[in-house]
Amino acid sequence: MADPMRIRATARDGAVNVKVLMSHEMETGQRKDASGKLVPAHYIRSVTATHQGKTVLTAQWGPAVSKNPYLEFDFKGGQKGDKVVVTWEDNKGEKRSDEGVIN
Amino acid sequence: MNHSRRKAIKTGGGLLALLLSAGILKPGEALAQADAFSMKTLAEALRAVGAQNPAASNAIVFKAPAIAENGAVVPVAVESKLPGTESITLLVEKNPTPLVASFVIPAGTTGSISTRVKMGQTSDVYALVKAEGKFYMAKQEIKITLGGCGG
Repeated sequence: MADPMRIRATARDGAVNVKVLMSHEMETGQRKDASGKLVPAHYIRSVTATHQGKTVLTAQWGPAVSKNPYLEFDFKGGQKGDKVVVTWEDNKGEKRSDEGVIN
Repeated sequence: MNHSRRKAIKTGGGLLALLLSAGILKPGEALAQADAFSMKTLAEALRAVGAQNPAASNAIVFKAPAIAENGAVVPVAVESKLPGTESITLLVEKNPTPLVASFVIPAGTTGSISTRVKMGQTSDVYALVKAEGKFYMAKQEIKITLGGCGG
């Protein structure tokens, strides 16, 4: 199981700023290991963020997003104390879901 | 190398068929995504996401360094001031597969995104924005001192 995400959601100027740091190798499938064999691709393919059951962002990624991906976005309508849930799924079908409280 | 690549493509196809049959993905959508990420040139990737001849726009603002030391971690932020922004897509022209990431912006979410991308070499980076059903594009060159792909 992958390490938890770090999610920071801050309410400011009527919007909520969300910063997410995920823990993932994001292996491109083009890199070779020490013995010269290709390291198989392993990367997050889709990301979804929801607030009170409503989707506030979805993303489709390829392997060119950096290792331990960082994502920042803003949405309107969030209140302090609400939860923001972020879920990712990688190309091997592995999933991880974490939540952050808006403050 | 070729063998494993074929195998990977085969497995990918199988997974796609499975997702399609399970009704999780709509056929058009699923094909568009899988195809677009495997396209080798900018023009092909743009065609695969359905954006032919996007109009250049000054309402798309890039916040990215002109020179990045490490191509493995290039911070890129894009802000779209176009009304009715529906999606933001990032493409790096000279990467092996130019399509990097695509973000769907629902109503209520601001048209601005920050993330970090890998770049193999100095290249133009494109932000493609879909707003009110039309495609717009802006680009910025980012110089790379140390490549972030392969190694």
